[in-house]
Amino acid sequence: MNGFLLVAAGFIVLTVALGLVRIFRGSEDADRMMAIQLLGTGGIAVMLVLAGAGAGTPALDVALTLSLLTAFASVAFVKNSGKPPSDSDR
Amino acid sequence: MSLLVDIFSVVMISAGAFFFLAGSIGMLRFPTVLCRLHALTKADNLGLGFIALGVMPLVEWPFGPLKLALIWALVMLSSASVSQLIAISLRKQGRKGP
Repeated sequence: MNGFLLVAAGFIVLTVALGLVRIFRGSEDADRMMAIQLLGTGGIAVMLVLAGAGAGTPALDVALTLSLLTAFASVAFVKNSGKPPSDSDR
Repeated sequence: MSLLVDIFSVVMISAGAFFFLAGSIGMLRFPTVLCRLHALTKADNLGLGFIALGVMPLVEWPFGPLKLALIWALVMLSSASVSQLIAISLRKQGRKGP
């Protein structure tokens, strides 16, 4: 059972890393933000599986924190995306 | 009984991992941004939901499954809101169609 859980966690990490290719090939900024969102959710899923594999309830606390951080990162991106580029970017 | 619980967990976690794979491949292969947003939310909701359901028998009883249900509810709410926000920001940038 533990072996299957660890293999599942590794599989999820590899799958989500595959989605990160969208950061390079993305046509818009929203593409890149969606890849980061997928990474965050994949991280939560890996923490849940590791909680089942033996880390127990503390891993669930880490997953909860990570879900809040992912949500805030996405909201920060959307807040910032409407502004024109500032002079310091040049 | 314990074997049935283990089989349930294995099936649910495999289904969740499959939906994550489907979401990632959708992110890479779908033609437009809004289609990719759709794939992302499928991976978020269904993938995480199946994994949370599959891990529930494996954590200790009173607070483990409760925390799993709360994590899933929080991720559902936040990913639904975030997908709407991303779509609104795309709309403001001038995209009219899919």
